[in-house]
Amino acid sequence: MMRPIIEMKNVVKSFGHFKALHGVDLQVKEGEIVVVIGPSGSGKSTLIRCINQLEEHNGGEIIVDGAEVGHGRKSTVLTEVGMVFQSFNLFPHMTVLRNVALGPVRVRGLSWAAAEDRAERLLARVGLGDQATKYPAQLSGGQQQRVGIARALAMEPKVLLFDEPTSALDPEMVGEVLDVMQQLAKTGVTMVVVTHEMGFARKVADRVVFMDGGRIVEEGPPDVIFNAPRDPRLRSFLQAVLSH
Amino acid sequence: MATNVEALSVMSIFDTFLNWKVFVQTLPLLLSGLTTTLTLGVTAIILGFIGGLVLALLRLYASSPLRQIAVAYIDIFRSIPILVLLVVIYYALPFVGLRLSSFGAAASALSLVSAAYSAEIFRAGIEAVPKGQFEAARALGLSPWRLMSDVVLPQALRIVIPPITSNSINVMKDTALASVVAMPDLLKQATQAQALAANPTPLISAAVIYILILMPLVRLVGVFEKRLAVRGR
Ligand SMILES: Nc1ncnc2c1ncn2[C@@H]1O[C@H](COP(=O)(O)OP(=O)(O)O)[C@@H](O)[C@H]1O
Ligand SMILES: [Mg+2]
Repeated sequence: MMRPIIEMKNVVKSFGHFKALHGVDLQVKEGEIVVVIGPSGSGKSTLIRCINQLEEHNGGEIIVDGAEVGHGRKSTVLTEVGMVFQSFNLFPHMTVLRNVALGPVRVRGLSWAAAEDRAERLLARVGLGDQATKYPAQLSGGQQQRVGIARALAMEPKVLLFDEPTSALDPEMVGEVLDVMQQLAKTGVTMVVVTHEMGFARKVADRVVFMDGGRIVEEGPPDVIFNAPRDPRLRSFLQAVLSH
Repeated sequence: MATNVEALSVMSIFDTFLNWKVFVQTLPLLLSGLTTTLTLGVTAIILGFIGGLVLALLRLYASSPLRQIAVAYIDIFRSIPILVLLVVIYYALPFVGLRLSSFGAAASALSLVSAAYSAEIFRAGIEAVPKGQFEAARALGLSPWRLMSDVVLPQALRIVIPPITSNSINVMKDTALASVVAMPDLLKQATQAQALAANPTPLISAAVIYILILMPLVRLVGVFEKRLAVRGR
């Protein structure tokens, strides 16, 4: 029996008077790959940013790995959640190696030597073994995002969140990042991925979640979502994204 | 005839304002004044830097009473003329039992004011670090302290180098106010030497020394600004 590693129950998030999430329920099981799709402004980023508390939810419950998060709770469980950002957000004043080693040293208490060892292994795994001494600005977008993935992995998280990891990339670099993510999906780590890459969703997702207007409108296995969508909003969304 | 008179008056201008003998005689006095000025300036710059950083962090991240205190401090010490503050510290505080040396009074006044200006510079620097940097640090699980020391401050300090240098120039210039409380700084020693020699050459020398010390810093700020403008394009 796979236990849920993320449980969201009736989660509400407002920005001032504007409700970005209208009571969302979502469960993610350990090792599951969930892809979140939906039009711009539908609340996808808000949803995953609530999971690691970059946004604090106003209502409902979020339980990560058995521990409730948010509402002022100081919980170490969030160090089990890694995040990869659309705009990479690498630390520009550190080498690539330092970027990846920093978290393990400061949060996990590893020595620099041990953390840099780990960082080198992870950089090799994302195909950047020879770039460790460079600074982020010296890398292409695709390379930077792979460093972003290595940085998140260095914490050995149980859950990885991706917020449109390929949306800021030139088209020719999207593939290299998706390849790394696809490899990652086979390792048993839990992934929640917001993306517009429908090919990735079809191939890699265990489950696809469609959001619209701050609600989860439909969810299911990829072949059902893509081949037999029920909700008219999902149908028109798929028509729009798959037609170009 | 006319050219003779002109030659004479040029000579006398030199004798009066750039008298070599007076210059050589009073130079030791001026140099001791310069040492005091530099000590005072560097002390105030360092204390102002540290105080400014602490104030900026309090203003940005402290909770209610402390934050309000920081805001009030910054506003008050940016409003008060340094000369007034200096006179208050030196002449008024003794009435409540706090008697500072002229150096102590001058260093306090300059540091207190410099800290207020530095605080606003640091705040702007921290706010100029992209939001994504804070988020990436938090997502990694860094503590608030590590987020600042490892991620935000190194980037903010780079941003504030030009305005902090500008502020340091101002502090250095304002050290001259200390002569009012009888501190033997460069200006005070120059006026002293002028009285002794009955000749204004020491004053001119002091002015030139101020310029020689500060002009490189002024140029440096220019270089920083040009470099920023190029990068910003
Ligand atoms: N910090 C914020 N302040 C105000 N409104 C926000 C903020 N973040 C998101 N929103 C609003 O919440 C809605 C959902 O945003 P988001 O989760 O980013 O959508 P998506 O990622 O699906 O494009 C949007 O209407 C957006 O304008
Ligand atoms: Mg988004």
